[in-house]
Amino acid sequence: MKTHAFKLLVAFLVLQPLLFAQSKGMVSIKGSRYIPLYGRDSTVVEVSDFEMDAYPVTNKDYVDFVKKYPKWRKSKVIKLFADNSYLSNWKNDLELKDSEKPNSPVTYVSWFAAKEYCECQGKRLPTVDEWEYAAMADETTKDARIKPSYNAQILSWYEAPRSNENTIGNHPKNVWGVYDLHGLVWEWTQDFNSVLITGESRKDSDKDSKLFCGSASLNATNLMNYAAFMRYAIRGSLKAKYSMKNLGFRCVKDSKLVK
Amino acid sequence: MNYIKYILLTFITVFTFQSCNSEKKSKGDTVEVYQCPMQCEGEKTYTEPGSCPVCNMDLKAVEKTSKVENDGAISEESIFNLTSLWHTQNDKTIQLKDLKGKTLVMVMIYTSCKAACPRLAADMRHIEAQIPDEKIKNIQFVLVSIDPKVDTPEKLKAFAKENAMDGEQWTFLQGTESGVREFANVLSVKYKEISPIDFSHSNIISVFNPQGELVHQQEGLGVNNETTVHTILDVTKT
Repeated sequence: MKTHAFKLLVAFLVLQPLLFAQSKGMVSIKGSRYIPLYGRDSTVVEVSDFEMDAYPVTNKDYVDFVKKYPKWRKSKVIKLFADNSYLSNWKNDLELKDSEKPNSPVTYVSWFAAKEYCECQGKRLPTVDEWEYAAMADETTKDARIKPSYNAQILSWYEAPRSNENTIGNHPKNVWGVYDLHGLVWEWTQDFNSVLITGESRKDSDKDSKLFCGSASLNATNLMNYAAFMRYAIRGSLKAKYSMKNLGFRCVKDSKLVK
Repeated sequence: MNYIKYILLTFITVFTFQSCNSEKKSKGDTVEVYQCPMQCEGEKTYTEPGSCPVCNMDLKAVEKTSKVENDGAISEESIFNLTSLWHTQNDKTIQLKDLKGKTLVMVMIYTSCKAACPRLAADMRHIEAQIPDEKIKNIQFVLVSIDPKVDTPEKLKAFAKENAMDGEQWTFLQGTESGVREFANVLSVKYKEISPIDFSHSNIISVFNPQGELVHQQEGLGVNNETTVHTILDVTKT
């Protein structure tokens, strides 16, 4: 009897990863080639299969995180990793202000904090290419960028004030099963600092002026995708220690499915 | 049934200890530091309460406590708080804080670069050439690769030789992809792989004082480096 139970348990533990290839709270996204707004010189980028958190990281998730890793508490975090507004909607080290909801996306977090949060879960931040890839889907199509309704809907969300105070999962999920890529908060990406290539973004360089001036759009691959344009512009203006009211994050990890 | 208990226990233990690596590495006690409220001596801080030797006012505890690594206090803004590991051109594994105590002049490059990097390297050499000999031993010129996949210690060493940058004062660093991205973020350097052999990147030379705090950044190629040299000389002890 003993050995039976033992064998069963071992079998279960061995098979478990196969039964649940998808990690908890994450959805699988099948990679492909696509043309992002700004890519490499060939303009087509390839995204490998990956898993993405279905929801942005919430206030509650982040409370659990700082409980476990005191170095990221509001009073402990060092200036190199976060500016003064880090977690400024928190009452103290472990509690949100009463006005905040536990299942709203966490905001006022720096890139360093977001990166470490993901690494502590065995995950990482998505690359810009991965994030944009997942975000170009709507409820029914993997690449909905040509649909006028797709852009119109995103832009109407961008116009809505104080969307960061809403809670996760109130918009329909996209075709991959991911919620809230649009409509709640901006999200940190691993290589957010990579787009406005030459030069520091405040200064100089043709590439920058091309991005920000009116004629700029000629450089982009899709004139219609004004919403994506805004995201790239926002990313270019960020520094890693900034924390902002409407900037949160979610994590991804490489797909572990072996073909 | 005991078997099951054991196995479960093992698993629980394994999962409990499976936490984040960097947390362990960056363990450090916190201390209070004291500073003159009038800042008579600039940013100078004391480890014990007392009075300022210049204006005699009571020293005040600095509001935010700073982290202490095992070998003395570094401030919150210091790059020595970064715990990522790097390989030098001599294949030594170091953390940035191992460079503590010297003025650091840092730039990000990649060795297969044909356009801006040779000029950035030249800019570094021009700066180095203007430093008097007695100061040079207290300065490290650090070239960090943004292409850690290709720039192995051997490659970096060859690059150093080729560019006559193989003296003691030159350090070349190969990091991990995430370490490099983090470091670039501290420097506000932007870069992107635009093809397997080519990167776009900002041309910024950064100067850090011996405590690892950013004191100056020179942006652009072949720009006048007078201020940069001045800053380096200012923060470097002889």
